[in-house]
Amino acid sequence: MECLLGIKGRDFVLMASDCVVSAHGIVAMKKDHDKMFKMTDSLVMSVIGHGGDDVQFAEYIAKNIQLYRMRNGYNLSTKEAATFTRRNLADYLRSNTPYSVHLLIGGFDREEGASLYYMDYLATSTKVPFAVHGYGAYFTLSTMDRYYHDDMTQKEALHLLQRCIDEINTRFVINMPTYKIRIVDKDGIHDLDDMKPTGSGGSQGPESMLG
Amino acid sequence: MSRRYDSRTTIFSPEGRLYQVEYAMEAIGHAGTCLGILASDGIVLAAEKRNTNKLLDEISFSEKIYKLHDDMACSVAGITSDANVLTNQLRLFAQRHLLQYGEPIPCEQLVATLCDIKQAYTQFGGKRPFGVSILYVGWDKHHGFQLYQSDPSGNYGGWKATCIGNNSSAAVSMLKQEYKEGETNLKQALDLSIKVLSKTLDTNKLTADKVEIATLTRENNVTCIRILPTSEMEALVKKFEEEEAKAEAEKKKDKPSS
Repeated sequence: MECLLGIKGRDFVLMASDCVVSAHGIVAMKKDHDKMFKMTDSLVMSVIGHGGDDVQFAEYIAKNIQLYRMRNGYNLSTKEAATFTRRNLADYLRSNTPYSVHLLIGGFDREEGASLYYMDYLATSTKVPFAVHGYGAYFTLSTMDRYYHDDMTQKEALHLLQRCIDEINTRFVINMPTYKIRIVDKDGIHDLDDMKPTGSGGSQGPESMLG
Repeated sequence: MSRRYDSRTTIFSPEGRLYQVEYAMEAIGHAGTCLGILASDGIVLAAEKRNTNKLLDEISFSEKIYKLHDDMACSVAGITSDANVLTNQLRLFAQRHLLQYGEPIPCEQLVATLCDIKQAYTQFGGKRPFGVSILYVGWDKHHGFQLYQSDPSGNYGGWKATCIGNNSSAAVSMLKQEYKEGETNLKQALDLSIKVLSKTLDTNKLTADKVEIATLTRENNVTCIRILPTSEMEALVKKFEEEEAKAEAEKKKDKPSS
């Protein structure tokens, strides 16, 4: 029912997540919930999962990453943080208490620039140019395939994201009225205004809106 | 002296000293010399070989220099069997970090982790400390080329040039005078290490088979840890002897005037 999106641009990563919290499968408890967690000044993790696993796992990883920073005086790079996260998922997977979470990690560091990692509850981990978790993926990955290209600017990436959100709004049965969006670049993490689906369908694209 | 306070590591003496730790450092003072010098484009690690018996079989990589992981190596002074246990631990820590984070362990983290183990043996457990001092050379993306030294107490420090083992204090004072920070490249560091070792060696003459030298450099974003082959060693020793002879000749020339 939940949706996470990520798009890697020229020198930034655009992360978006829906804001619905549901209970018993049918009740919308909240429609303005933030599913992204700040790991370091230039690393963001968005996470969805069952029964509190999402927050539990995200906070566990976030605190460990902070501890590394405290001990050593420097941050983990995006790749190191992703490896660490995946290692934890993999170790817990074959225990009595696995974490049932899907997540995206987006970060920026000096050596690699912007990177986006896609991870799931089976401890799959891969570096990707764009990614979507949840049912939303069925409706948006083809749009991403069609319009994504390397070295996108922020404006182009936001435009692409708007297309995706509109498509989900058109065809997905669950109502997801807003998406929280953040950009991670060399200057850190930037919160942007929430993105909402426009009236027009995704396939037409909000050309006039963003000019 | 305070003999009652030195048999167990876990007891302070009335003067606030840990005798077992000091005795361990004493043991190292009799061991084969090791020295390390940081250059602008690499690091030199030189060690005195004590096992020069002709009957000894060929050693695979080196007698006194241990490779810890792709970007770090170390040399030891002290009890070799203790050293083997510690280098094994160091290699294990390095690989664990690589497994967890996907990247090589930064130098200082590896040194600090081992020093925490060494410190434990000075505080609890009732076991003696490790009779080993270690010189570490390495490269990482945070601080570039680095040289560290650790001792049985579990203390460690970062150095531009240092020496451990037999006659180490004489070597350190010589390095203090001769080492030029920021102006030393690898070649000069190699020459300097030969010069210092020739003064600290027990035997009269420095020959290529009594010393082992390794260099750590970066080429094409890859770290290269290289043991110098005998031919290069002999060339360095020869060069040193020629310079010494020249310096002696200069001195003799000046003598009549004074």
